[in-house]
Amino acid sequence: MAAVADRPRPGDPLDPDAAISIRGLVRRYGDFTAVDGLDLDIRRGEIFALLGPNGAGKTTTVEICEGYRARDAGEVRVLGEDPADGARAWKAQLGIVLQSGSGDSQLTVRELLRAQASYYADPRDVDEVIALVGLTEKAGVRGRSLSGGQRRRLDVALGIVGRPTLLFLDEPTTGFDPEARRQFWSLIRSLRDLGTTMLLTTHYLDEAEALADRVGVIARGRLVEVAVPSALGGRESAPATVSWTEDGTRRTEATPTPTAFVADLAARFPGEVPDLAVSRPTLEDVYLQMIGDR
Amino acid sequence: MTATAPERTSTALPSLPAVYRSRISVELREFFRQRESVVFTLLLPVLLLVVFGAVLDYDLGSGVNFTQYFMAGIIAAGILGASFQNMAISIATERSDGTLKHLAGTPMPRSAFFIGKIAQVLAVTLASIVVLLLVGVVFYGIDLPTGSDWLTFAWVTVLGAAACTLLGIAMSSVAKNGRSASATVTPFALLLQFISGVFFQFSEIPSWMQTFAALFPLKWMAQGFRSVFLPDALAADEPAGSWELGRVALVLGIWCVLGLLLCIRTFRWQDRG
Repeated sequence: MAAVADRPRPGDPLDPDAAISIRGLVRRYGDFTAVDGLDLDIRRGEIFALLGPNGAGKTTTVEICEGYRARDAGEVRVLGEDPADGARAWKAQLGIVLQSGSGDSQLTVRELLRAQASYYADPRDVDEVIALVGLTEKAGVRGRSLSGGQRRRLDVALGIVGRPTLLFLDEPTTGFDPEARRQFWSLIRSLRDLGTTMLLTTHYLDEAEALADRVGVIARGRLVEVAVPSALGGRESAPATVSWTEDGTRRTEATPTPTAFVADLAARFPGEVPDLAVSRPTLEDVYLQMIGDR
Repeated sequence: MTATAPERTSTALPSLPAVYRSRISVELREFFRQRESVVFTLLLPVLLLVVFGAVLDYDLGSGVNFTQYFMAGIIAAGILGASFQNMAISIATERSDGTLKHLAGTPMPRSAFFIGKIAQVLAVTLASIVVLLLVGVVFYGIDLPTGSDWLTFAWVTVLGAAACTLLGIAMSSVAKNGRSASATVTPFALLLQFISGVFFQFSEIPSWMQTFAALFPLKWMAQGFRSVFLPDALAADEPAGSWELGRVALVLGIWCVLGLLLCIRTFRWQDRG
């Protein structure tokens, strides 16, 4: 039930206090409907993760909010303005990290950030931003000479140097190794502590679980569910699965009360319960079910 | 003072001149740091001048050496490279690698992008002309223009570079990426150079080719520069029997207007799709 209350219903008025408010959004490419009636509010100060398979409409939705794409129907307000007529002052409040990156350059990391900072009213200190994304040692290296992961961190640096109120991150950690991903997560958390609202799209469920205050699952252009990560798909109240080996065969039982069930099992066996395991559906389990079933 | 979250100290966006300066410095560094573009755009014409100057060392009459004639053509070709080829290839590259899309998502005023590109073309054009004149004077005893010829030199350069820049920007939208832009634009520019009086005397070219060449700016730029570098006696060798400076200005002006309209119609900040 919480998941239902967490998001607007079709026909609800736009939320003037939200960082992003979307009602009945539709976008078609020829015969293909990429976004098919989407309603969503993203609150100020939260990290919202949009999850979904390729082609589900994530990037289309995000790029409509960023002002890059037109919509066929529906209403969108980003920081109170319609992105379709976003002026310079509106863009100055956004930070955008595109899936496609920020391009190839002969300029160094520091020069690129200085240039980017020159477009904004009140930019962050360039060297602080470089340190924040962990590129201090690469500050004098040209953009095109960076590795894939370093380039992505440069993209993020370019996205935050303008001191955005709202930061869009479209698959920011694709191509990162696990350690770089962890470092990136702590960067995102420190930005949240500074009050930045973030809309993140990702393929990685662990990323959404680690970072997001709320998660939205999008499939075939529709928002399937919006919830806090731990409650997605009714995961918190879903029955646990207890499995063990008895008389040489593997036994599995689903139970809403795993603690009592295991206590009973323990009473039946003289020592350890053979191969005992208790599990709950992972975010991946509920996610795959969501995008597959509907 | 207490520690609080950083407040926005000002909301006034940077002034246009400040962003223009920033973009100009970006574009100059992007060009002059890229070895391929410097070699291709600046050094290739110099190399051609050296080779043609050494090989085609014959007299055109009136005591004028072919190198003097070639000087006019190679400067026109140098400007074509600095403007048309440079813009078509670099903007197509920046469109396909996401640079343009990234810029479109910032509060950078869009005029600043074009100001930066124009400054880049002007700087590269100027560098190209200076190097060519220097090599021509030092190694081949080229006679520099005199008096009002400098004025003609200046306006043909500016008008020609403007027309070719606009056409280059328009052309960049046709190509899928930088490589395909280069594959389309380079042979086209080479072809134009052959039939526009750069490598050969224009009067030696079959008349149907002359007619075709006359549709494009390069022929008129080369002709304008010939009026600057050659004695007026040689104007008799031109198809019209004169330098036709009025027509040079008219054709280049028409291409500027056409190029601008094409740019406005076709310019995109991101790939289609």
